[in-house]
Amino acid sequence: MKLLYEISAEGRALSLLPKLDVPRAELPENLRRTSPARLPQLSEIDLSRHYTALSKRTHGVNDGFYPLGSCTMKYNARVNEEAAALPGFSRVHPLQPVHTVQGSLRLLTDAETMLCEITGMDRMSFQPAAGAHGELLGLLLIKAYHKHHGNVGRNKIIVPDSAHGTNPASAAMVGYQVISVPSNAEGGVDLDALRAAVGEDTAGLMLTNPNTLGVFDKNILEITQIVHEAGGLNYYDGANLNAIMGVARPGDMGFDVVHLNLHKTFGTPHGGGGPGAGPVGVKDCLVPFLPAHQPIKLDDGYAFEDAAHTIGTVKSFYGNFLVVVRALCYILTLGREGIPEAAENAVLNSNYMMHLIKDIYPMATDGICMHEFVMALEPLKKQTGVSAMDIAKGLLDRGIHPPTMYFPLIVHEALMVEPTETESKSTLEQAADVLRELHKLAHDDPESLHQAPIHTPVRRLDEVGAARNPRLRYAFPEG
Amino acid sequence: MGSYIPSSAAERSQMLGAIGLESMRDLYQAVPEQMLVSSLDLPEGASELEVIRLMQAYAGENRVFDSIFRGAGAYHHYIPSIVKSVIAKEDFLTAYTPYQAEISQGILQSIFEYQTMIAELTGMDASNASVYDGASAAAEALTMCRDKKRTSALVASTIQPMVMSTIQTYSDGADAEVIRVPELDGRMDIEALKSLLHDGVASVYFQQPNYYGLFEDAQAIIEIAHQAGAKVIMGVNPIALALMATPGELGADIAVGEGQPLGLPLAFGGPYLGFMATRMAMVRRLPGRIVGETVDVDGKRAFVLTLQAREQHIRREKAQSNICSNQALCAMAASVYAAAMGRDGLIEVANQCHSKAVYLNQAICALPGFEVVHEGEFFHEFVTRCPIDAQLLMQKLEQRGILGGLPLDDGNILWCATEMNTKAQMDQLVDALKEVAR
Repeated sequence: MKLLYEISAEGRALSLLPKLDVPRAELPENLRRTSPARLPQLSEIDLSRHYTALSKRTHGVNDGFYPLGSCTMKYNARVNEEAAALPGFSRVHPLQPVHTVQGSLRLLTDAETMLCEITGMDRMSFQPAAGAHGELLGLLLIKAYHKHHGNVGRNKIIVPDSAHGTNPASAAMVGYQVISVPSNAEGGVDLDALRAAVGEDTAGLMLTNPNTLGVFDKNILEITQIVHEAGGLNYYDGANLNAIMGVARPGDMGFDVVHLNLHKTFGTPHGGGGPGAGPVGVKDCLVPFLPAHQPIKLDDGYAFEDAAHTIGTVKSFYGNFLVVVRALCYILTLGREGIPEAAENAVLNSNYMMHLIKDIYPMATDGICMHEFVMALEPLKKQTGVSAMDIAKGLLDRGIHPPTMYFPLIVHEALMVEPTETESKSTLEQAADVLRELHKLAHDDPESLHQAPIHTPVRRLDEVGAARNPRLRYAFPEG
Repeated sequence: MGSYIPSSAAERSQMLGAIGLESMRDLYQAVPEQMLVSSLDLPEGASELEVIRLMQAYAGENRVFDSIFRGAGAYHHYIPSIVKSVIAKEDFLTAYTPYQAEISQGILQSIFEYQTMIAELTGMDASNASVYDGASAAAEALTMCRDKKRTSALVASTIQPMVMSTIQTYSDGADAEVIRVPELDGRMDIEALKSLLHDGVASVYFQQPNYYGLFEDAQAIIEIAHQAGAKVIMGVNPIALALMATPGELGADIAVGEGQPLGLPLAFGGPYLGFMATRMAMVRRLPGRIVGETVDVDGKRAFVLTLQAREQHIRREKAQSNICSNQALCAMAASVYAAAMGRDGLIEVANQCHSKAVYLNQAICALPGFEVVHEGEFFHEFVTRCPIDAQLLMQKLEQRGILGGLPLDDGNILWCATEMNTKAQMDQLVDALKEVAR
């Protein structure tokens, strides 16, 4: 389909602004750009149809099953959108006097109290805009803590080999060296390897629990203790919190700092890649270093406060506020019974779906899984030549968004499946039927899967060409 | 209690039975017993009607001003209806990052269109798909310029304070030095810049128009920085870019900025949009997602996430940045906004902002005690003195339903006008100032 710039026609416009009601002033010549930005010229119906066409070429959670592992693509309730659009939230300037924004501040402190209860932490900052941004903040806090306590030479972060790529990337941003520790046979942290890795240079450990294999590490208390005894701090990557929210708390597992992904666990929409929110919860030992402008409840109302040894800010203002509004709606809706119930059903759905296909698809781990499971397709590929990618592309033709592919890195030909609690028994059964059909097709007609998808708006893309010869913007016709 | 679980109680027990378990807690055999939570101290779950009432109560405790003369990094602009209706489309709202290109062409094409728009506005070759906000964009741009030999950055003191503090925090994390270039009459002190430059300086960052609304001597800054071998990063206001000389024309290496003025509500500070654009030579140092044009196996034009070898999921600790989720839906809002305003419309928005600010400036500065602080050209913000305590002045304006300019630390006031301020509103403000500052 055409680009905005290709449907543009000279002289078209919307009527949006009133006539200027004061004398027109011009910038002096030397400050002006030499030619106008080539923005499109369109009428409103052109725009409306263009974006409707684009939306039809987009697969959202509302379009169908979206079992994308570690991304928690749960249903996004409409009431949350309605709340976020209230003028009392959307039309408030971030630099208004505090007595005119008491509602926003009360909302943030209430959300903080509830999320601290769910995670077992003491305080929380809403400044980070996404999970990776939360990781950066969490590590800055760890770094500030060690610096404050005169712990020189603690510059290494331990990360299991099953970790999300953001963990090592975040560690590198604060100048930490990354030490990778291997997983044991059950998919958990190898305790001996961990004991060998810790020492006087350990700043901390970053861990996802349950991890990316969908395994809850039963040695968790021993793991966090090993790190604490070595003088390091424990960081909880909350990407997989949906498995255990309301059932077990990172704060009780020995973690000192945790980030959450409100756009995963707390039902706010992913928006095609954001905006999300990555609040960071901390134990008391890290409170003195929290980012500036922390909302706080005082005797006579709400205010902002800067922590004694604040690390500063990781973005402007107070975070993705409207995302926190949506997440609080979600928490208030589910409440104290609904939060653990969501986690339990996420785990139930995952186990049920795994149960429906594990006779034909080998899994990366045995036994009960948490909110996600990892299919290991290496044997299928050896037998039939059909890869994890081919199965994923076959799913596209059948209206299902594929699982996360080729992750975690320690499983070959991995497909990581996270159904979430908001899918029904029948949806899981239909998806299992499709996966069984694809398994049969892999043996009967592998070529058809190498060719998939065929029913999508476009078919497999030349990604190598895209990277070799990058075309990153529309090239306007000459003249 | 509210719930979004579709399966019935009967279906859930069938599923439990099928996997050979009796109760939900059996699913958590791996969790140490003493760790299991018995009950959370949270309110009971609520119905949709109860929840929306609770949210209305929070929103009702905020004050919404119709007459706003405050900017300072967040700007009150008109948002066309089409912007709100497009970004409310459920497919866009509920999709993930477009990893599966075949069923994500809608999002991918919209990002490609956004990148084109940012490249056009900034005069640069290429843009990424967005970062968190203007402040984190500035901080990431400093990282792009650092190498083994050049690690320091010179940053103008005349930038938005939260951008400054974010730059400082990111740089502290990376153990990289940030030196503030002092100001002279509200702009970067060019002589100071010259004396601070050395061969360890990786980048010079300045904001155009700056925090006080003034235009910096961009040409001089860029020329001097380049002579010393440093890269130049310009923080820019996207509405002003419709009129002013672009970072591309001026010779800057990277352009960044806060995209909020392009169709995003004030929203108590977020979600906003950080944009980043650069020249082709530095494109592989850009953080975050980038969409490129390619073809599918049938030769049909298609779009795909590209240059991913920079990114964390491939490079892990060697990645250019850790960014993963960005502000995709905000980027789409900006794209729809710019398309709705169109080539001439965006110029008109910018010109109305400037014209109204000039009108307001003349009216306020004619009042005794409200003299202008800095001479020189400004875009839509300016600083005046205040004859009485600035906080007290603001309280009095507030009683008249006006959100006045932002009181600065030195007792002066930073005013802003946009296309949203009618002449009547501005005249009312001036009348109010006459009265309350007496």
